[in-house]
Amino acid sequence: MNKLELIKKINKLFSEALIIEKNPIIKIKISKTKFISFMNILKTNKDLSFDMLYDHTAIDWIYKNEFELIYNLYSTTYGYHIIVSVNISRSDPRIITVSNIWSISEWQERETYDLFGILYEDHKDLRRLFLNDDWNGYPLRKDYKDNFMLER
Amino acid sequence: MEIKQKTTVLKDLMFMTKIDNILNWARSNSLWPLAFGTSCCAIEMLMSSVSSHHDISRFGSEVIRTSPRQADLLIVAGTIVKKMAPRMQLLFEQMAEPKYVIVTGSCAISGGPFTYHSYTTLRGIEKIIPVDVYVPGCPPRPEALFWGILTLQKMIKQNSLIKWSKKNKKPIFSALPVDININDINKEMRQLLEND
Repeated sequence: MNKLELIKKINKLFSEALIIEKNPIIKIKISKTKFISFMNILKTNKDLSFDMLYDHTAIDWIYKNEFELIYNLYSTTYGYHIIVSVNISRSDPRIITVSNIWSISEWQERETYDLFGILYEDHKDLRRLFLNDDWNGYPLRKDYKDNFMLER
Repeated sequence: MEIKQKTTVLKDLMFMTKIDNILNWARSNSLWPLAFGTSCCAIEMLMSSVSSHHDISRFGSEVIRTSPRQADLLIVAGTIVKKMAPRMQLLFEQMAEPKYVIVTGSCAISGGPFTYHSYTTLRGIEKIIPVDVYVPGCPPRPEALFWGILTLQKMIKQNSLIKWSKKNKKPIFSALPVDININDINKEMRQLLEND
């Protein structure tokens, strides 16, 4: 299955999925409400079987008042790469966890919580991963300020 | 009676200084570094200076230890962040006296590229532990590390370390001169040994 066929297949399975980029990697935008069912289909469908979540991170679009969550998926049986992106509100950064589908995301979500402050619902153990437990604020947010930091 | 006492005290002092010289000679020619690398300096400089091409064992410090109890030279190679700082301080405290510190790379010296807008990187190790020699570079060449070790050996022989004397209050900044290669360093080290 080449790239165009893969796009057709995804569109057929899930019509709400919006393909916003084709090259070099297919990037799919999905709404927050349809997100978890879409991820379930990507993992369980036998023609796709995206069984590896190799990266998860967030982007802080401060002027749009949004966080963009990025999920990089890979299928070890077919060799497809795709990126799934979800936009959530910056004032209420909540999203359902995908750790029931890919258990590695437990750690990746802890990292994203640590640095961006995104709250994952139904996560088993949402604690800070890299920074100290008594740290105030989330340092990779664009409006983060600290007494320790030097401004130029 | 008093005169006799004074002379014995003087003799003792003389004896102690001689012993110190011998001890310093021994210490400076067998520096055992602690393998403490936190980022790219450790890969580019420390590990390549240990390996066969540059071969740190020509300079009397080949026994890289993994335990701080057996080491007497701490080479800080890499960025030190807030979370790493207490661990590094603990390692330094665990090392037995006499102990020396060489700090390499711009990250550990001053914060380097992470000086501004960084929420974790320490801007200088000097605030935490006493530093003897700075080796600048990003990362420094292995030759620069050897030059730094040579500087430290000279400092130990002249007894002019920060903790012991009031001569030097700041760390020595030992940048590698432009027209010096590894053979010159080797020659200078041999001369230093022959002088003793």
